[in-house]
Amino acid sequence: MSGPSDYQPTNPTLKWIERRLPIMGLVHSSFVAYPTPRNLNYWWTFGAILSLMLGLQILTGVILAMHYTPNADLAFRSVEGLVRDVNYGWLLRNMHASGASMFFLAVYIHMFRGLYYGSYKEPREILWILGVIIYLLMMATGFMGYVLPWGQMSFWGATVITNLFSAIPYFGESIVTLLWGGYSVGNPTLNRFFSLHYLLPFVIAGVVVLHVWALHVAGQNNPAGVEAKTEKDTVPFTPYATIKDAFGISCFLIFFAWFIFYMPNYLGDADNYIPANPGVTPTHIVPEWYYLPFYAILRSIPNKLAGVIAMFSAILVLAFLPWLDTARTRSSKYRPLAKQFFWIFVVICVLLGYLGAQPPEGIYVIAGRVLTFCYFAYFLILLPLLSRIEKPRPLPNSIADDVLAKAGGKAVPMVSTAIVLALAGALLAGGVQGARAEESNVPPSQKWSFAGPVGKFDRGSLQRGLKVYKEVCSACHALSYIAFRNLADPGGPGYSEAQAAAFAADYKIKDGPNDQGEMFERPGRPADYFPSPFPNEQAARAANGGAAPPDLSLITKARSYERGFPQFIFDFFTQFQEQGPNYVDAILQGFEDPPPAGVTIPDGSYYNKYFPGHAIKMPKPLSDGQVTFDDGSPATVAQYAKDVATFLTWTAEPHMEARKRLGLQVFVFLILFAGLMYFTKKKVWADAH
Amino acid sequence: MNPDASTIAAGAPIEVDLTPIAEGQDIKVFWRGKPIYIMNRTKKQIEEARSVPVASLPDPQTDQARVKAGHDQWLVVIGICTHLGCIPIAHEGNYDGFFCPCHGSQYDSSGRIRQGPAPLNLAVPPYQFVSDSKIQIG
Repeated sequence: MSGPSDYQPTNPTLKWIERRLPIMGLVHSSFVAYPTPRNLNYWWTFGAILSLMLGLQILTGVILAMHYTPNADLAFRSVEGLVRDVNYGWLLRNMHASGASMFFLAVYIHMFRGLYYGSYKEPREILWILGVIIYLLMMATGFMGYVLPWGQMSFWGATVITNLFSAIPYFGESIVTLLWGGYSVGNPTLNRFFSLHYLLPFVIAGVVVLHVWALHVAGQNNPAGVEAKTEKDTVPFTPYATIKDAFGISCFLIFFAWFIFYMPNYLGDADNYIPANPGVTPTHIVPEWYYLPFYAILRSIPNKLAGVIAMFSAILVLAFLPWLDTARTRSSKYRPLAKQFFWIFVVICVLLGYLGAQPPEGIYVIAGRVLTFCYFAYFLILLPLLSRIEKPRPLPNSIADDVLAKAGGKAVPMVSTAIVLALAGALLAGGVQGARAEESNVPPSQKWSFAGPVGKFDRGSLQRGLKVYKEVCSACHALSYIAFRNLADPGGPGYSEAQAAAFAADYKIKDGPNDQGEMFERPGRPADYFPSPFPNEQAARAANGGAAPPDLSLITKARSYERGFPQFIFDFFTQFQEQGPNYVDAILQGFEDPPPAGVTIPDGSYYNKYFPGHAIKMPKPLSDGQVTFDDGSPATVAQYAKDVATFLTWTAEPHMEARKRLGLQVFVFLILFAGLMYFTKKKVWADAH
Repeated sequence: MNPDASTIAAGAPIEVDLTPIAEGQDIKVFWRGKPIYIMNRTKKQIEEARSVPVASLPDPQTDQARVKAGHDQWLVVIGICTHLGCIPIAHEGNYDGFFCPCHGSQYDSSGRIRQGPAPLNLAVPPYQFVSDSKIQIG
């Protein structure tokens, strides 16, 4: 389709190069003169969006790798270090972590678009299969990337996923040992995952080149599903597709930026802010959202090997799609039945995703089995059958005809079907959620000065929280990610450097060895970190009745609670992300002595209304009047709890104010940019419609 | 890509003293990066493990085959769920044994799978009694 380029450089240097390496001609024929169908809609801009995302992931990833340490003892801390101390490290990390989610979101839309418009049909089978290969590589890359921060979910996700291979008969165990490089997931595993995580994106880039090559040989499919025949059916790639893609990309970036700057942890799991611990399994292991449908399929099959086979088949079946769907009509626009079943299939996938995040018990298991059957039935029974019984509507003669017809009436049914189905899905999901018993007490939502898009910390509250920490919490809890110098950082408690240095000097820090080879104590310096009350976790455990008091630096990110459906959807728009501070605030006030009637608490534990399971090892730490404030704030537990929760929100994310400030600037820029792109696109396309 | 020499060396046998474990209690030790549960079972637990008909189990094995003769109260198992590798919690579940929090597999007081998606019993690591109160794992 692209044919020999008519690119003729006039500049003598370019001419010289072009005769020897016709690279400009290649670019010109592929991305400038290349004819694209003129009826492409915005679903087709996701190809460009995906290329951009791959580039961004590689770029941010390469910089992150410069600061990351792939060692089981250091990895978690090095990630926190790069977020806290590297210039714009928080931005790079948020971009890379949310970027992975955005990449998958875009690829799912891209795949559903291919499914709806029959983009896998002759002569685009290889193009489609290359896409499936890219998707598989993406899943492997995403999984290994999630392991690198070495949090609890990283570790246990790696354990569960690598154990999938142990289901293979005879060789299973040896394959798993080979993946681990040891007898369990550990340091060698982390090292090889890091190496592969760095390698695979470049493999993906290579397959993407093949994917684009195959695309440019077969030519793009289009919403009408009829091949371009004449000049009138196409427009040159530049400026038409370029500007349309640029507008699509700028809209996508706005969505992306919402996550980067305002909801960085919305798609993550709180457990991953707890360092990996091979001795404790989190109660509820959940993969990243983009694997959830497949995880649900895995769990719904009661046999281990069959479950693993089903999960991989669910992806591999896509590669056979060109031969399962034998209908001659490509686009579902002209296939009344296929269109409806397509949307049902979308809902099935979303519901499977929802089930993947739920505990595997009761109604969820049954629903999972039914939906797993529906998923496979769509490909293996329905699509082959449909092509026999369905009577497609007449196709337009050409793309040009399709464009002219569209200028008359708009295709409303598709949109309305989508809305109806989405609503049905939402209701069903809501019903399922409602069936779940109310169990634990949910911490009440407090008003926080740092909530919302322009929220800032209350300096007074931070300073009071620091005082409470120093006088009470620090007897048992470490704060090891915070250095004294941080107290003078912008966006923090607002102390001067001299005040921070004076604060540090009050502490005794162990240093050494000196020339005699002995450790010694000296006054703290601003660069020192808060000293921990116990030399190691075992000592902390032994001194506290078997439960080690957690490090508080990240506690407001590491603790969360279910918001439930549909609340978690509203949270996305209201930017609610204060589960952590709400929880800390509630725990500090949730002690009840004696415990409510009918509740027995084991010896050495205390009743706390908001603690999961209610039996907490920490005795009531705060009582009225325990700490006195200089600024006249009330010396009450409620005030202490609020100040400590505020302080610990800052320690969990010292750059929160910078994040929100930059976010606002980026949003203003992106909205203006998208507006410009829109009007430019309108102008360029004015004569093409 | 198989384990390197240092990893293999670190996986050498270890000795564990059993005296601090009272009846009805258990400890968890790590060997080759794997948690090993050593459980001092009560009479009731042994009774339960031996009274169940072996043929009715998903992975039939007698309790006698899973402990050392003469040391019937000691259950030594690798605490890794045979489903997908999570660590089951001791003294939980309906069978007085182990309960896996990940996907709900339940093991009895002999570490045998009784309910849930796991296909096999909890593995028994290679071990022997060096004295009445000391075992060597590996």
